[in-house]
Amino acid sequence: MPETMVHSVDVHKRFGRLEVLRGVSLDVARGEVVVIIGPSGSGKTTFLRCINHLERVDAGRIYVDGELVGYRERNGRLVEDSERAVARKRAAIGMVFQRFNLFPHLSALGNVIEAPIRVKKVRRKEAEETGRERLSKVGLADKLSAYPSQLSGGQQQRVAIARALAMEPKLMLFDEPTSALDPELVGEVLDVMKSLAREGMTMIVVSHEMGFAREVADRIVFMDEGVIVEEGPPEELFLRPSQPRTQAFLSKIL
Amino acid sequence: MEWLLAIRYDIDTVGDFLFNPIILRALRKTLYIALLAMVLGVGLGVVLAVMRVSRNPFVSVPAGVYIWFWRATPVILQLLALWFGLRQVIDEDIFRDNWTRFRAAVVTFGLNEAAYMAEIVRGGIQSVESGQMDAAKSLGMTNLQALRRIILPQAFRVIIPPTGNEFIALLKNTSVAFAIGVVELLNAAKIQSARNFKVMELYTVAAFWYLVLVSIFSLGQAELERVMAASERDRPETLLSRALSLMGTGSRRGI
Repeated sequence: MPETMVHSVDVHKRFGRLEVLRGVSLDVARGEVVVIIGPSGSGKTTFLRCINHLERVDAGRIYVDGELVGYRERNGRLVEDSERAVARKRAAIGMVFQRFNLFPHLSALGNVIEAPIRVKKVRRKEAEETGRERLSKVGLADKLSAYPSQLSGGQQQRVAIARALAMEPKLMLFDEPTSALDPELVGEVLDVMKSLAREGMTMIVVSHEMGFAREVADRIVFMDEGVIVEEGPPEELFLRPSQPRTQAFLSKIL
Repeated sequence: MEWLLAIRYDIDTVGDFLFNPIILRALRKTLYIALLAMVLGVGLGVVLAVMRVSRNPFVSVPAGVYIWFWRATPVILQLLALWFGLRQVIDEDIFRDNWTRFRAAVVTFGLNEAAYMAEIVRGGIQSVESGQMDAAKSLGMTNLQALRRIILPQAFRVIIPPTGNEFIALLKNTSVAFAIGVVELLNAAKIQSARNFKVMELYTVAAFWYLVLVSIFSLGQAELERVMAASERDRPETLLSRALSLMGTGSRRGI
């Protein structure tokens, strides 16, 4: 079992003429919580989406738990993997989205058990049982049969976290999980994420919640214009940023 | 008012033929052609729509060509080609014995309908937010799993109303099958009128039954849309399961 959960080397990605990632190299250790900050358009979300191959990379490599995601290496070149192989690797990487992306036609429990049943082929009864446990763990034991439209944003995001955890991932990706929430609902989602971090989950979080970052993150990564400008432990990066760009950004948000 | 005396319209003949067994049998045939063709059209249409949205050009282009071909040629030409044309081209007794006028009509209307349904289903698929596909994929679903379990159930909301319109149009268009000698409703009325020369009266009989059929299905469609609108407000799953059971998809009901 490699100690490095995510190993990315010189990742490049462009959308048309716009170069969104211009050589991102980042290692994340097993059990580590990394928070990525940076101005909008800096490529943080795109980098996150490259990790589970929701976006293809144009150059560079991303290994998760020692394996390439979405590609095979053949004679030193990357070849896109079969759809089935990509899906299998994605199943071990949980993702939580800014806009929740719950399945509106399924209840909270339905959302949580869908992938275990279809992808992992867990028996329905078993999936329902663990699904109920997972939803109680995020404080939604009384909302099992509620549909997404009947839930608040904070409740929806907690269902989304339970849904991702139901696949028992080894890595969790959070893409601005609290940005779409009303301020009074942010806390309940962050609490769930904090307890997840305490349990030792490897997490990469794109977020502007500086309180959360300071309290939970092992490392802060500051991205701008498609590259990592600076990284370090929260107290160091927040209090003594060495790069002018980091200083300028932090002065605006702190 | 003298011109009124010149009108020869025998309302009794209309009454006599309204429930005539030959007319009723033809009515049933019209209904069968429309229903079977619709099942074929929806089934193939969904497949074509899924192919059409594929990123792989070897999959999407053939579907595009199919849709283009069937929408850009007149249905009567398609009907003649699949009946007279195929019987000339395929010189094989087994084929000729099994390729009946009725089957040719069902297949033609079905293949034609599939092209239109494909566009409707494609519109439905594309109406679903892209984040739904991201979420499904991030959970390890394959494209097909995501389509079947996540995207299509949501697309049905958009697909069902125009599908009702398609069926009603198809119901009336089956009358074109008289061109290859299928004794459907219109053709049966025509044949009868050739015997008794009560042309307008028998057209009236045919029109009466088309009106009845279309009215029944229009009411059903309005009711379905009402139920959908109501259940969308409280329980989306009710909308979905009802829609699916009405569409005859027979998908297993989730939680």
